[in-house]
Amino acid sequence: MRWINPVSLAGHGILGMNRRNVGYIGRYNDRANYPLVDNKLTTKHLAEEMGLAVPRLIDVVETQHEIEEVAETLEGMDEFVAKPAQGSGGKGILVVTGKKEEGYQKASGVVVSLNDVKRHLTNTLSGLHSLGGRNDIAFFEELVNVTPTLADYSHQGVPDIRLIAFQGFPVMGMLRLATRSSDGKANLHQGAIGVGLDIGTGRAIQAVQYDRIVTHHPDTGLDLSDISIPHWHDLLMLAARSFEATELGYLGCDIVIDRDRGPLILELNARPGLSIQIANNAGLLPRLTEIEGMNIRRMALDDRVEYAREHFQSSTGETQLDLVDIDMVDTEEGET
Amino acid sequence: MTQRGPFLFLVILLLIAGVSAATLRSAAYDIPWLPGTQSDVWQVEARIEFSTRGVPAQVYLTLPPEQSGFEVMEESAASSGWGFTIDRGAEQRRAHWSQRSPVGDQILFYKLDFTTTADEIAQQPPAAIQDVVWDERYETAVSHLLSEVYPASADAHTLTIQLIQALGRIPMDQNFSLLASNFERQDLLTRLLRTAQIAARGVQVLILEDGRRRQNLSQFLQVWDGERWRLYDPFNGEIQNPQNLLLWQAGAPGALEVVGGSNSRVTFSMIRQTRSSTMLAQERADDLALSLYNLPIAEQGMFQLIMLLPVGAFVVALLRILVGIRTSGTFMPVLIALAFLQTELVPGLLSFVIVVAIGLFIRSYLSDLNLLLVARIATLVVIVIGIISFFSIISFRLGLIEGLTITFFPMIILAWTIERMSITWEEEGPKEVLIQGGGSLFVAMLAYLLMSLRMVEHLAFNFPELHLTLLGLILLLGRYTGYRLLELRRFSAFRKEQT
Repeated sequence: MRWINPVSLAGHGILGMNRRNVGYIGRYNDRANYPLVDNKLTTKHLAEEMGLAVPRLIDVVETQHEIEEVAETLEGMDEFVAKPAQGSGGKGILVVTGKKEEGYQKASGVVVSLNDVKRHLTNTLSGLHSLGGRNDIAFFEELVNVTPTLADYSHQGVPDIRLIAFQGFPVMGMLRLATRSSDGKANLHQGAIGVGLDIGTGRAIQAVQYDRIVTHHPDTGLDLSDISIPHWHDLLMLAARSFEATELGYLGCDIVIDRDRGPLILELNARPGLSIQIANNAGLLPRLTEIEGMNIRRMALDDRVEYAREHFQSSTGETQLDLVDIDMVDTEEGET
Repeated sequence: MTQRGPFLFLVILLLIAGVSAATLRSAAYDIPWLPGTQSDVWQVEARIEFSTRGVPAQVYLTLPPEQSGFEVMEESAASSGWGFTIDRGAEQRRAHWSQRSPVGDQILFYKLDFTTTADEIAQQPPAAIQDVVWDERYETAVSHLLSEVYPASADAHTLTIQLIQALGRIPMDQNFSLLASNFERQDLLTRLLRTAQIAARGVQVLILEDGRRRQNLSQFLQVWDGERWRLYDPFNGEIQNPQNLLLWQAGAPGALEVVGGSNSRVTFSMIRQTRSSTMLAQERADDLALSLYNLPIAEQGMFQLIMLLPVGAFVVALLRILVGIRTSGTFMPVLIALAFLQTELVPGLLSFVIVVAIGLFIRSYLSDLNLLLVARIATLVVIVIGIISFFSIISFRLGLIEGLTITFFPMIILAWTIERMSITWEEEGPKEVLIQGGGSLFVAMLAYLLMSLRMVEHLAFNFPELHLTLLGLILLLGRYTGYRLLELRRFSAFRKEQT
């Protein structure tokens, strides 16, 4: 096994679990705000209120009684996604991509009957898919049609982009691609690939699987270094505005890019993981401490995003500096 | 969030307070820092329970005689509303409680502290041997038994041994079994020896074992060999080294006599402590001292365990925060470690793994039943108890006494562990279950190894103020923001950039 000595790890500015818990989650995330992000339905309502783009909500199913009427609700719907509000690890998500005579066609191609859908909803309500088995509610939302440029990279599943926003500054980003070994899920510790993204440009820095560097997707065989995320600025803006919506200072935003609607917030996370640093080949600490040392109250949304794009871009990546922005950011620094 | 300054001040205060309080007390009461530098002190508590009948009641409890190897330090009786005296008239001292109109069920306590010494006390020779009168139907069997055994013996000791062996032989002679089935073994041996003109008497003995509760007296046998009384277990022969046996009563039939009450019984709890005699002297002089030693003995036994819990909690905090080991359930490993203290390590590990493995197997079926959480856990509790009973019976049948200690595991905790591991299995796969399960057992083992050190047990119980120091360390750990050991491996991908 390979080890790294703590001094050189600190030299890379790597944020460790203890420091994250005490210094960032503990200090910047008020526990009272956790329910906003731990329940996907609450997150969705909140985001809609704040004008953040999310996959459109079709209907909410709270009681067994409502399940019986689900056929009417889904009347005319050919594609939709059913989710548990407090589902864990991507469990209990039913993706329907088309309507056949026999019933609904799932993303995998299997056709299920209306009764199967109802049973799935019953299980969701009884907490089968939820953390700790608590009773839950289910909701339908519109299906996200992932923009083809990204969809091709993923083995099944929806490729999503995790952005870490600190006090409203997008500080680090990563694209998560499902693989065969991650079973179509975008969870890194289950074997999904994380592609570090340059905050400045939205381009790939490097890719890791199981915390080790990879260059090509093991299932699709595509070169991962070519990746460039479309609508990058909009993504950064979404992450930055999520801070204002939730008031969680250390926040993970999971974003998908829809073919037609552009970036949509899928989920927010109050305890984002640390592997993103490996995918980015960079530590979070220098960026976090830089922001902690600034007077950020006077900074507008656009300024924060521009500051991040300029200061947190990968040192190895190509620079695309906007000179006008630099001047503006310098003024901001002058005020602190 | 508290500022760094006040926090550090609090921590340093705790560290210093703990160590200095312990140092002061150690000096003032002469409590040694190391275990084993002092003599053992046994505290025995006799608990007498009986029901009164609304008439004046008198309770007599025979008290242990002076004997070699033990020196009584202190004795006391706790029983409010009862008159208490110690009668010295008879052969042995007797505790004597009395009350005019007692109501309901009563509990009386008698507490005795004594140390072990090397002093020998001269023993009283027996009075003249009383003749034994045997019932007519036993006479043949008795003379047959004695005529077989007597020629094979040379003196009182060898005759006793021969008799014990003859009565323990399998299959038993018909004559012997007639006797054996109609007399208590101890009583039978006494009568047989007396018939052979040897001074023998039944005695009641308390077997001293640290931390035992609700024990009964054991029936043993004493035989005069011309110089001293020798002690015999009526089933196993002579006891060579009676250091852990306290002679409670010689001769008379019962240690407890209740007049004016019914359903009476006496049980004994005991605890061994390592205390210096100087400190005992101090304690006697200072009854107000706030100390764990002032608690009833049964509770002191509990506290010996309870005081180890912070040590286990500290180990968990250390391994999770500094090393980054993942466990299933935060403090579950401490509870497992506590169970290990009673089961010993290897049998404990084995039975834990077996119960959890079987539990997981059955739980996977429960998943299909689609039960609600509470019902699922309740089902698991029943299943865990089933598994544990089954294993106790099987291991008892196989003669594995270790298997019986499986009952020391906290069953609700086992049920929760199975539930949590099962969810982990479904959500994150079997690999994560192995990591967390292995992590839990590793932490539990380390905690057990530390908690089972005699030094740690000694310090934790005799110097409770050291827990303040431990608390300070735990607080300090709570603010540790450095890397975990395992993160050095997790982030090793950054290593090559360094070169």
